[in-house]
Amino acid sequence: MSFAKSEKGKILIQPLVASNPIMVQTLGICSALAVTVQLKPAIVMSICLTVVTTCSNVIMSLIRNLIPGKIRIITYMIVISTLVALADQILQAYVFSVSKQLSVFVGLIITNCIVMGRAEAFATINTPYKSLVDGIGNGLGYSAVLIAVACVRELLGSGKLLGQQVIPDFVYILTGYTDNGMMLLAPGAFFIIGIFIWISNSLYKGEK
Amino acid sequence: MIDLISIALTSIFISNILLANFLGMCSFLECAKNIKTAMGLGLAVTFVLTMTAPLNWLIHNFLLSDGALIWLNMGDINLDFLKFMTFIAVIAAFVQVVEMALEKFSPSLYAALGIFLPLITVNCAILGVSLFFVEKEYDLLQTFVFGLSSGIGWLLAILGLAAITQKLKYSNVPKGLRGLGITFITTGLMSMAFMCFAGISLTNK
Repeated sequence: MSFAKSEKGKILIQPLVASNPIMVQTLGICSALAVTVQLKPAIVMSICLTVVTTCSNVIMSLIRNLIPGKIRIITYMIVISTLVALADQILQAYVFSVSKQLSVFVGLIITNCIVMGRAEAFATINTPYKSLVDGIGNGLGYSAVLIAVACVRELLGSGKLLGQQVIPDFVYILTGYTDNGMMLLAPGAFFIIGIFIWISNSLYKGEK
Repeated sequence: MIDLISIALTSIFISNILLANFLGMCSFLECAKNIKTAMGLGLAVTFVLTMTAPLNWLIHNFLLSDGALIWLNMGDINLDFLKFMTFIAVIAAFVQVVEMALEKFSPSLYAALGIFLPLITVNCAILGVSLFFVEKEYDLLQTFVFGLSSGIGWLLAILGLAAITQKLKYSNVPKGLRGLGITFITTGLMSMAFMCFAGISLTNK
């Protein structure tokens, strides 16, 4: 039995496409739209969210039998906001420029529904190891969409990837090609996500 | 005065909290199915925003920010890193209190808004506004206006989308685009429409 077919493998792989947190479960849309103007902040944000989701899943799973059901939401909040505060401090210390670019959106990981949703739906009823895998899987699913959207927006919007010029100068001069400024603005993000959802719905409509 | 009006106009139209800053998308997508629900949620968000933004401002400026504890002779303590935890706790507690108060004193209003209140704790618009005023360094009055007008902007956006979604029921949308896909495209178009306000400026710079 290969890893992909095993139970843990399924937990890891399912959120990547079939139950992708952004496309299918529509969780955590805010940041997916806001930080994808350029690739670099998107990557940093993805790493942050994956780490936070994984850690919070493991912690919630470890203490799942200790907390009464009534105060669980508050408990999630405290655990998640502690983790996010840590992540924010680390970002400010090591990648200050990106941290300025992400501005309030690092803090908004707290209210990112993916973290909350996975804690509520998965970590409170599963063992720590499974929750760890689930956290990584969902984090990666989120990262995949974020990075894909950021690639499209940065490439079409400014002809660059990671700040490097990708579309060579002669294309601009010879063919009169211009960057699509709308991609850098808010509407571009909405359209790209809409189109992505359209594509993924069309590809996977058989499975629904 | 003019700068307050300017803040209000900016946060309702020019950089609308939802259409330009993408905050509060999750509940926006879930609840924009009929106008009544949208109205209820929008009003609840506006109310909570108007109240929590000044509350968090007071906490931030008298307890957390750099040198804020000077009135306790502890001016060299900077508790800024606690702001995420404090803000979210204030919001959660405030929502809880409002819910209990509504249930006790105004059952009819509770019936209309009650189900939306728990949703609001995890609405990123609320926390987002609290984090934005820290970044923009507003004073108390400006924060109040900012909170109120951000709420109104959010209400406007969700009402607009709910109205469009109801009309869309009668149109023939491509199969894969139905549901979430077309909602995003519509929101994108709304966001483009709102960008027309971008040139408006009250202060002569």
